[in-house]
Amino acid sequence: MLSRTAENLFWIARYMERAEFMARLLEVGARIALLPSAGHGYRSEWESLLQASGMAAGFAAKYGDPVQRNIESYLFFERDNPSSVASCIERARENARIVRTALTTQVWDALNTAFQEMRQLERRPRSQLELFEMTEWTMRQAALLRGAIDATLLRNDGYDFLGLGYALERADNTARMMDVKYYVLLPQVEFVGSGLDNYQWQTLLRAMSAHRAFHWAYGGEITAAKIAHFLILNPQCPRSLVNSATLLVSHLDRLARGYNRTTMAQRNARALLGELMEMRVEDIFEEGLHEFLQRMEREVGKLSGMVHDAYLSGEAR
Amino acid sequence: MILSVFHETRYSYDAPMRGAVQSLRLFPSRFDGQQVIEWEVSVDNGVRGGRFRDGAGDQVEGWSVRGPLSEVVVRVSGRVATEDLAGVLRGHREQILPAAYLRPTLPTHPDPGLRELANGEAAGGADALDRAHRLAEAVAEAIAYRPGVTHAHTTAAEALALGEGVCQDHAHALIACARLLDMPARYVSGYLLATEDGTPHEAAHAWAEIHVQGLGWVGFDAANGCCPDARYLRLGSGADARDAAPIRGVALGPGSERLDVTVAVEQAQQ
Amino acid sequence: MDGTFFNEMYHDGAVRTPYARLEDWMRAMPAELRQMKQAEAEALFRRIGITFAVYGEGGDPDRLIPFDMFPRVFSQAEWRKLEHGIKQRARALNAFLMDVYGRGEILRAGRVPAHLVLGNEAYERAVAGIFPARGVYSHIVGVDLVRTGPDEFFVLEDNCRTPSGVSYMLENREIMMRMFPTLFRENRIEPVDGYPDLLRRTLASVAPQKCDREPTIAILTPGHFNSAYYEHSFLADLMGVELVEGPDLFVEGGFVWMRTTEGPKKVDVIYRRVDDAFLDPLCFRPDSMLGVPGLMDVYRSGGVTIASAPGAGVADDKAIYTYVPDMIRFYLGEEPLLQNVPTWQCARPEDLKYVLAHLPELVVKEVHGSGGYGMLVGPRASAEQIEHFRARLLRHPDNYIAQPTLSLSTTPTFVEEGIAPRHVDLRPYALVGERVELVPGGLTRVALTEGSLVVNSSQGGGVKDTWVLAE
Repeated sequence: MLSRTAENLFWIARYMERAEFMARLLEVGARIALLPSAGHGYRSEWESLLQASGMAAGFAAKYGDPVQRNIESYLFFERDNPSSVASCIERARENARIVRTALTTQVWDALNTAFQEMRQLERRPRSQLELFEMTEWTMRQAALLRGAIDATLLRNDGYDFLGLGYALERADNTARMMDVKYYVLLPQVEFVGSGLDNYQWQTLLRAMSAHRAFHWAYGGEITAAKIAHFLILNPQCPRSLVNSATLLVSHLDRLARGYNRTTMAQRNARALLGELMEMRVEDIFEEGLHEFLQRMEREVGKLSGMVHDAYLSGEAR
Repeated sequence: MILSVFHETRYSYDAPMRGAVQSLRLFPSRFDGQQVIEWEVSVDNGVRGGRFRDGAGDQVEGWSVRGPLSEVVVRVSGRVATEDLAGVLRGHREQILPAAYLRPTLPTHPDPGLRELANGEAAGGADALDRAHRLAEAVAEAIAYRPGVTHAHTTAAEALALGEGVCQDHAHALIACARLLDMPARYVSGYLLATEDGTPHEAAHAWAEIHVQGLGWVGFDAANGCCPDARYLRLGSGADARDAAPIRGVALGPGSERLDVTVAVEQAQQ
Repeated sequence: MDGTFFNEMYHDGAVRTPYARLEDWMRAMPAELRQMKQAEAEALFRRIGITFAVYGEGGDPDRLIPFDMFPRVFSQAEWRKLEHGIKQRARALNAFLMDVYGRGEILRAGRVPAHLVLGNEAYERAVAGIFPARGVYSHIVGVDLVRTGPDEFFVLEDNCRTPSGVSYMLENREIMMRMFPTLFRENRIEPVDGYPDLLRRTLASVAPQKCDREPTIAILTPGHFNSAYYEHSFLADLMGVELVEGPDLFVEGGFVWMRTTEGPKKVDVIYRRVDDAFLDPLCFRPDSMLGVPGLMDVYRSGGVTIASAPGAGVADDKAIYTYVPDMIRFYLGEEPLLQNVPTWQCARPEDLKYVLAHLPELVVKEVHGSGGYGMLVGPRASAEQIEHFRARLLRHPDNYIAQPTLSLSTTPTFVEEGIAPRHVDLRPYALVGERVELVPGGLTRVALTEGSLVVNSSQGGGVKDTWVLAE
């Protein structure tokens, strides 16, 4: 397969997953903002949200103060923001257009429809558009695409490059999403364990569509340890880091078998999976949750670079 | 005369580059006035590509260098026995018909100044050879040799208006004028031992060739007011300087380029 | 109403044989069914995504070219004559290219003026003296033909670089077969769907000598923003070859390599849909981002085949066109089977005299222009326009040629009011490799506006399925 084709497929997945993450992030922000805050207005929560998603500087340059309405626009519609939902969907669809012949009609339709509907959303007056409608719409489009891929796409190397894109982006996003909590709480350590603290964790779970699943799996009080275990170490949770790592390893293994060539990416992904499988939640807190999450983000970035070197540059020999 | 040449071209980059590709025309022309004793062209850490002789009789070799790289160094060294043929390119095998060298190019595009120069005294020459000589003299008179006033993209018209320039400008102006008189003309790149007064050259040299019925291609070095002799070493030709460039290359990446050239052309001990 | 034009269906008060069965089909189709079918065809084209400008006319890249369901039909005998004429032309054009980049016999013999070739913008000095595989420069020759009578065909122009539109030939047929299967049972129509395979075999047959295995072929496209990108990806898909852009390729060790997920893969034949000027920044335009640096060195040292070969454009220049019949005589020792449109070279004093005296009835074209710009259509021009052009002509006679206004044939076409004759032309595609081959068919363009002779899609032109009937 042409490296550029693999790259296009890889980015279709990354952009769609990122669009979904943006929607979830917006939802977290909106829910936290609804909470009567104890002494610090929602401004700081939105700010920390921008911090965690790495978009603080871009937003400040464009709008200055973090007003909710502006943040919504920036994260959802803004074309100057390469990570906005609209930008991501447009780029995913553009990547798909280039490799149209490598996709099934259903996969193309899912992407093209998302793009066309996004254009309609953009034309509607913002006053008539509820944030939750926008975020739900985004998650539905992402799910439709996943469904089309799973149901219709040939399980060849192209499928693996889509899978790699999904796995890497999701791992990165889960780590970032959890880190929002760190940024939100950073200035007020005294809130740890308070009712506010619990509400924030719940919000996070809700945004990850993991609220019910969490209760089924753990029950009882929501604690930081349980949540960290669920979102990082529990293979039952579809968005957990260990699950993303498992997917990563399986796609890299399939590629290595198909091409009859092992890669650095494969070895590193296996090491990461091994670490996550062995790990106890105590280890994470010992390292520091924030520090651990930051390290995971770096690992994912490194793996992404290795995938590029091994397959997408077309120069690996 | 035996000329020994050492020529090093160094491209340095301020940021790592993904790779480089080059097309080298750095091999002595094969004709009655030049016999290669030894000659070597190499690119540091490079991969040698295909080598061929093009329609103009020039030998070309492709090279590539894998990245990441911070510099590309092209080295040329060798010895060539030369003979004075009064500028005539005798015994040179080439396929392109001379009429293909009548089309003007960007740097040799005629303007009123060049037209006036071409149609001056030179046009009245007794025969084609005489006209060519007169043109070369006229160009030498109109453009004084002065380094630093013109640059790589200066056109013949601009150099003429300025009244100053280097060998590239002289060659371009002479080519433009010859084509105006319907004489095929081309740009030649190569090396030169020393100027008339014995000063050694710092860089590679260039001159013009005009096609004269009955004689074939004849070289004219307007910058030095003479025809190439045994002190000249011919590499290749083209419609203008860019087309005849001994090195054409590109490096892929974000870095900006710095160029350092060392040329030493000496007369070897017999 | 069109007494002066040859109607390909009705002639001398009778239906011509090739169209015999279409008469009933046409009469049996009620207006509602026709509209339904037309809408169905349009929906199909949209779904396939076949939107592009034919022949590089530019314009909106998502534009759909109108498709007319009424087929254009040739009998086997008619086609055979065209086929022989086109093959003859394709051979002569290639012989000409080999010659002018080689010994230049035809120039030395004075049969074609040397300055027209060597001074031509499309003449590439860089490929002189290079012997491409099997001596082929133009691997796909698109010959634009018009018909003026039962046995009268004229070549309007040759396209030796990268003629486009072949995807329409294939899609038009595909859609007709889906919509009117019975028509294809009743008429025995030669298939055209072998084209992609024939193209692949043609390209494989011109792999460089250095290639000692099944050659790897790739199609080089300027990218997905190009108006003909659909055609590029369509052909790549049907041929089972990679569609590459400049940055997907690199040169090393005298060969061209393609970046794949399994590492570099050697490419032996490049079917390029990129203009000469953009192929290689080291050889042509230094600012080109579309090409592959070093590609020309690999090509010239025999490491890769480029189809069509750089420099092939010199054979389809308007100034050279006039000499194609001479080429056929010179290289093949045959008489031309297809006629050129009579052309006056304004560079010749006696021709210029005639042209100036007959401006109101002639079409005057600029030699190096590409259609439209700098063109005078005498019968449609005002007296003032003619005088204005006369002055230009007198200033630079070398820049112009003149031709009579041709009476293009018509075929029945579905229009708003029902069925009416509309003017058509034809572009078949000759493939030149080990052999010269053609699929029986081509692209028929139709001027949908009543009375119009302009078939360009940018000016109200559409396309039709083109049939060649089996014996």
